Amino acid sequence: MSKRQITVAVSGLNNIDSPGPGIPVIRALKESEFFDVRIIGLSYENLEPGLYMRDLVDKSYSIPLPSSGTATLLERLAYINSVEKIDVIIPNFDAELHSFIKLSEQLKRDFGIATALPTQEQFESRHKSVLYDFGVENEVKVPFSKMIFSSAEISSLKNEFTYPLVIKGKYYDASIAATPEQAVNYFNKISAKWGLPIIVQEFVSGNEVNVTALGDGKGNCIGAVPMRKLYITDKGKAWAGVSLDDEKLIEITNRVISNSKWKGGCELEFIKSNAGEYYLLEMNPRFPAWVYLAVGCGQNHPEALVKMALGEDVQPFDSYDVGKLFIRYSFDQIVDLKDFEKISTIGEL
Amino acid sequence: MQINKNIAISDSGFIFNPSTGDSFSTNQVGMEIIRLLKDNKSKEEVISGVVSKFNVDEATVEKDLSDFTLMLNNFQLVIGHE
Amino acid sequence: MSKLSYERPFIQKLNTGSMNKFGTKTEFSPVSQLDGVPVKKLTDEYGSPLFVISERQIRKNSQNANRAFKTRYPKIQFAWSYKTNYIDAVCNIFHQEGSWAEVVSVFEYKKALRNGVSGNNIIFNGPDKSVEDLELAVDNNSLIHIDHFDELYSLVELLSGGKKKARVAIRVNMDTGIYPMWDRFGFNYENGQAWNAINKIMAHPELELVGLHCHIGTYMLSTSAYATAAYKLCDLAKHIKLSYNLVVQYLDLGGGFASSNTLKGSYLQGADIIPTVDDYAEAITSTVLNAGFKQDELPTIILESGRALIDDAAWLIGSVLATKRLSDGRRATVVDFGVNLLFNAFWYDYKISPAQDFTHHTEDMALYGPLCMNIDCIRESVNLPLLNKGDQLVVHKVGAYNMTQWLQFIQMRPNVVLIDMEGNVHLVREKESIDTIIQQERMPEYLKKK
Repeated sequence: MSKRQITVAVSGLNNIDSPGPGIPVIRALKESEFFDVRIIGLSYENLEPGLYMRDLVDKSYSIPLPSSGTATLLERLAYINSVEKIDVIIPNFDAELHSFIKLSEQLKRDFGIATALPTQEQFESRHKSVLYDFGVENEVKVPFSKMIFSSAEISSLKNEFTYPLVIKGKYYDASIAATPEQAVNYFNKISAKWGLPIIVQEFVSGNEVNVTALGDGKGNCIGAVPMRKLYITDKGKAWAGVSLDDEKLIEITNRVISNSKWKGGCELEFIKSNAGEYYLLEMNPRFPAWVYLAVGCGQNHPEALVKMALGEDVQPFDSYDVGKLFIRYSFDQIVDLKDFEKISTIGEL
Repeated sequence: MQINKNIAISDSGFIFNPSTGDSFSTNQVGMEIIRLLKDNKSKEEVISGVVSKFNVDEATVEKDLSDFTLMLNNFQLVIGHE
Repeated sequence: MSKLSYERPFIQKLNTGSMNKFGTKTEFSPVSQLDGVPVKKLTDEYGSPLFVISERQIRKNSQNANRAFKTRYPKIQFAWSYKTNYIDAVCNIFHQEGSWAEVVSVFEYKKALRNGVSGNNIIFNGPDKSVEDLELAVDNNSLIHIDHFDELYSLVELLSGGKKKARVAIRVNMDTGIYPMWDRFGFNYENGQAWNAINKIMAHPELELVGLHCHIGTYMLSTSAYATAAYKLCDLAKHIKLSYNLVVQYLDLGGGFASSNTLKGSYLQGADIIPTVDDYAEAITSTVLNAGFKQDELPTIILESGRALIDDAAWLIGSVLATKRLSDGRRATVVDFGVNLLFNAFWYDYKISPAQDFTHHTEDMALYGPLCMNIDCIRESVNLPLLNKGDQLVVHKVGAYNMTQWLQFIQMRPNVVLIDMEGNVHLVREKESIDTIIQQERMPEYLKKK
């Protein structure tokens, strides 16, 4: 059967030691059984390795940073589309999702470019600062947490929390405090770096397990593959991991995706407590960098997402291979200066 | 003032300094000045060269040239000083 | 052979981590006309720097805000926040669009009276009202929004023994889940202070409690905070009905709606994160509609939005005085407008466009004002074309607070013009001269030059 030709633009080509999901997503699409995919890379920096992976990325364009606003981004995408006729865009950076969600309707209406993204409300609902409410609404346990704006509030935390507890920044950083004195100390350190509020979270000890999943926006979980990290880099990223047989985790994932009517890819990070309870720690609103493990286990989530974006009927996957490992490796590409010059001066390669 | 002989400059204004690994971009007037400097032209010759090619007066070029050579110095693209 | 057009030579190191050249494209697309009037023509006639106000945009904003609220709720009244921009021409456009006046000093109060606003359509807010001010407001039957107990007692004392009555509301502060909480104005809801103030007012028949007021913050990005505020005001109103059988005539939700300017330190552009006026309207009106008031006892909702209605209706045109290099090689551009005119540059990263065409080359620069003061910086870092002395720049969305907070410091304040609906330009505030300043000064006899 001849495969349908489509053009998909993908960002997150930063396949470095703490990689973005772009290249794994592209690999998945290149292996599609239904589509013959031409890949347009969207890059923010001139040294993103994916730019130079010619066997995976057919053509690349620089795009403006999210901080320059959606109007600038739209103008650039309009230009790229005028050359490339894009069918689907898959954005893969947390920071750019706000812009793409905001533009998704306009991209569809004005340029016929499809996306499969969560709504702005869904995107906001899983932010760290409101994750506890997200858990209550979607019937999944989330460590109890509370936002505080002043270190003076720490002394009264003993009414709601027991020590140790976790002091977290709005965006990044987390430290475990064993005493109120330590909590004040971490409050000061983290708030100096990331600002207010500070999130105080119940400490749950156990093993971390993650799920890469895909929702269709109508309450169906199209696919979900759980994984446990086997080796972690000094940046806390998975170096190797293994797919798990965990029905309870799949059931919880289905419930979260179904209740929230999540649309698009996502990564759910859980901690399995020593008592066997699952607590949701974080929900990332896009595919994780290890999404290719799902493909290796028989669930091509990026391909399913493209189908979904194009409005085709997508049936949920019903199984995956357990006990498959992913083991990441790095690779030195040799690149001609001419290529670097091209992307640097004309913003295309 | 002498420009580093081994720097490469392309038609798009992309400059690569092979001895440091740095890359730069410049505009049309910048390319013209670097070309003239590579040909060992004196400051006066550079100014008249630019004036003959572009719609500009000498005083403006002189002012802009001194700023531009300051940047070339900053970026270690020149050998020695005039 | 015709010569090529000249652009000053430019060289930039390619930093792979820095913003690429597509990052700020719209920021340097030239803006050579404002509401159809060439920038060059404006400065030729009125000088540089020059504030330019668009009547078209003011009316558009005002009508849009009215539409957003009035299609959702039957009783809506806007009151123009004088402190945001009290140039009379601006105030009168808002008054023509149906806005009352919201003032926070007797100076603003008198301005509103002079503009022909009927006394009973003036809301007198703020912590500073002298006994004389209060008397003026009582005599004009204005709405006095009481800020603290001292003011409440002054008013009681003023009216005692006489036949005059005052129409009053209290300002309520509350926890709406946002930080910082503005608890310095008015009476607190949570600790019962507000209810206490209401009881005191009800004990004095010469004070007629007509409304409840709050103003939860500024540049509010959360609409849910307004829903919370509306809920708490409704709760107070229903208690008043229950305890005193008095129907509160209006709930004044204040202002604080964000404009599309970008706050310093914000990663995303303001335009991409602010709620629309419809979002604010939905949060407020649905809360009040669902609060359980009887149909004929629905309070009027008053809004004192300032920033969101005027910010994008004015520009500041300025000119490049000089370009120079800082010691670290960075470009610095000195322009003829500084923090003396753009006070809000302290917390906004104003969008700035060149007013003439350039090539695609741009450079990062610091943009400094004309003051001989280190604090005078408009943008620490902005990407603009290769500017030269005499080039003109347009600063966008400067309508809110700059033309009231501007400083007569080192420089005098420039002309302000209004472009009307037909594109005609009117001078609405003449630039200051040395006479403007010295006519206020007095020289002791012994210091006079003999």
